[in-house]
Amino acid sequence: MKKELEKRTVTGPDGQVFEVDPLKDYFCEATPTVQTGEYLQIVEDLFNWARSNSIWVLGFGTGCGAIEMRPLMTPRFDAYRYGVQWRATPRQSNLFIVSGYLSVKTLKRVVRAYEQMQSPKYVMGLGSCTINGGMYWDSYNTIKQLDDYLPVDLYVTGCMPRPEALLSGIEALKKIIREGRGEGANIYAERFEWYKANQKKVIQDWDMPDYNW
Amino acid sequence: MDFEWIKIPYALLSLFIVLNYGLLMTALVTKIGARAGRRYGIPIYQNYIDILKNMALRTSLTHGVMFYLGPVFRLSGGVGLLLFMPLIFGSEMFSNFSFAGDLMLVLYFIFFGMLGMALGAGESGSPHAAIGVSRGLSQVTTSELPLALAVFAVALQYQTLSITDIVAAQQHGWTSWTLFTNPLAVIAAMFSFLGSMMRPPFDIVLAPQEIPIGPPTEYHSSYLAAMQTNRMIFAVAKVVVYMNLFFGGASNWFELFIKVFLIYLFSAFVGVCFPRFRVEQSVRWFLVWAVPPGILAILLV
Ligand code: SF4
Repeated sequence: MKKELEKRTVTGPDGQVFEVDPLKDYFCEATPTVQTGEYLQIVEDLFNWARSNSIWVLGFGTGCGAIEMRPLMTPRFDAYRYGVQWRATPRQSNLFIVSGYLSVKTLKRVVRAYEQMQSPKYVMGLGSCTINGGMYWDSYNTIKQLDDYLPVDLYVTGCMPRPEALLSGIEALKKIIREGRGEGANIYAERFEWYKANQKKVIQDWDMPDYNW
Repeated sequence: MDFEWIKIPYALLSLFIVLNYGLLMTALVTKIGARAGRRYGIPIYQNYIDILKNMALRTSLTHGVMFYLGPVFRLSGGVGLLLFMPLIFGSEMFSNFSFAGDLMLVLYFIFFGMLGMALGAGESGSPHAAIGVSRGLSQVTTSELPLALAVFAVALQYQTLSITDIVAAQQHGWTSWTLFTNPLAVIAAMFSFLGSMMRPPFDIVLAPQEIPIGPPTEYHSSYLAAMQTNRMIFAVAKVVVYMNLFFGGASNWFELFIKVFLIYLFSAFVGVCFPRFRVEQSVRWFLVWAVPPGILAILLV
């Protein structure tokens, strides 16, 4: 635990003494809950169509595969015409592309960013590193299987996958969303204990609350 | 001025038309920008889907009352701006709630949403939002200065504070537009226009590549949808102000669409041609290049 995150007593300007617990003061403690869709299937279908045609990617390059996301924005591939956009903040994005090897240090930030996204949210694993560790399979500080830690909707294989593969991955994801199967956020809420246990097993210096709203 | 109830549905109708026009026009301009970069660009209906998607998000969280009110203030800034100025000159239906001194109110509304947004973003507690707010307010303050000067010059020139009267004075053929009768004021105002449209070179406040996109960093789901809606309305409403003051107003919807599109395109055109200014550079740019024509315009009137 970092020193600034420990409990401390503070004296207010009027002499009042109170205790500050940064983990409780700065974060909400509520854990995720399962969110059901609309009651009318036709509304939910419309929403799913809209979700699939407006995919906002969190611009967080986690591994070497992130390189492949840049050409997608440029003239040759131009992902914008498929309704894909990049967003700089997890609050506004709904697709998290985990682009390759994930060191334990980065995993901590990934978990945090993922939990800050609003549901329904999707995770795409890019490259063999996210599937089986890839060429880092015996490394001491990278994780081997992404779906032990986050609910993955789709993997794009390759080392590294070409931009075309990424684009077709996005198209496949769209199909999943339209069929109403893109419910990773609910799976995360249902199996919350299991995911947390896995995360805490590898992240040794766990100095954040259990759920980072 | 007498008030008639029938004006309310008319105002709502004009709001609806402007919203749809704004959604399509901004998408078209984005597409033109993409074409300048040799991309194909977003589909023309993308804005509708984005807003629908944002409203379809199942969870949303708040940081407090002001966080709620931020987008509300922003939206009322845009809608207010639109409702208190005449859209179509000489039309009973679409003159909205304009009245004798509406020019001052319009100037105020342009700034109003910005301030509400600053408060809301401040309460979100994100350091990126705070940085965005301080950058945004310093840039907007300096870019409003030439606009205010230009508006005063125009008000002096026509001896009125009513937008309807100003438009009426420009109805003797295109040579009677402010653009030709008072070019200095228009130059100052157009410089200021560049600053407020959030396109390069002045888009550092909201640019997605910057420290997480400035004031709206924490906004999401329906908050964001409200802000997107406002953006469409505000963009058109603001251009209509310019059209009314400097480009002879519009006497039918078609003329309005064309003029608004062309004026808006001006900022997009400059945007694709120039790289980005840092805030202190843009502040200096406004003070050096945009304020002097404004002062000259007032002196010469
Ligand atoms: S799969 Fe290959 S390209 Fe992708 S992160 Fe792993 S080593 Fe890098």
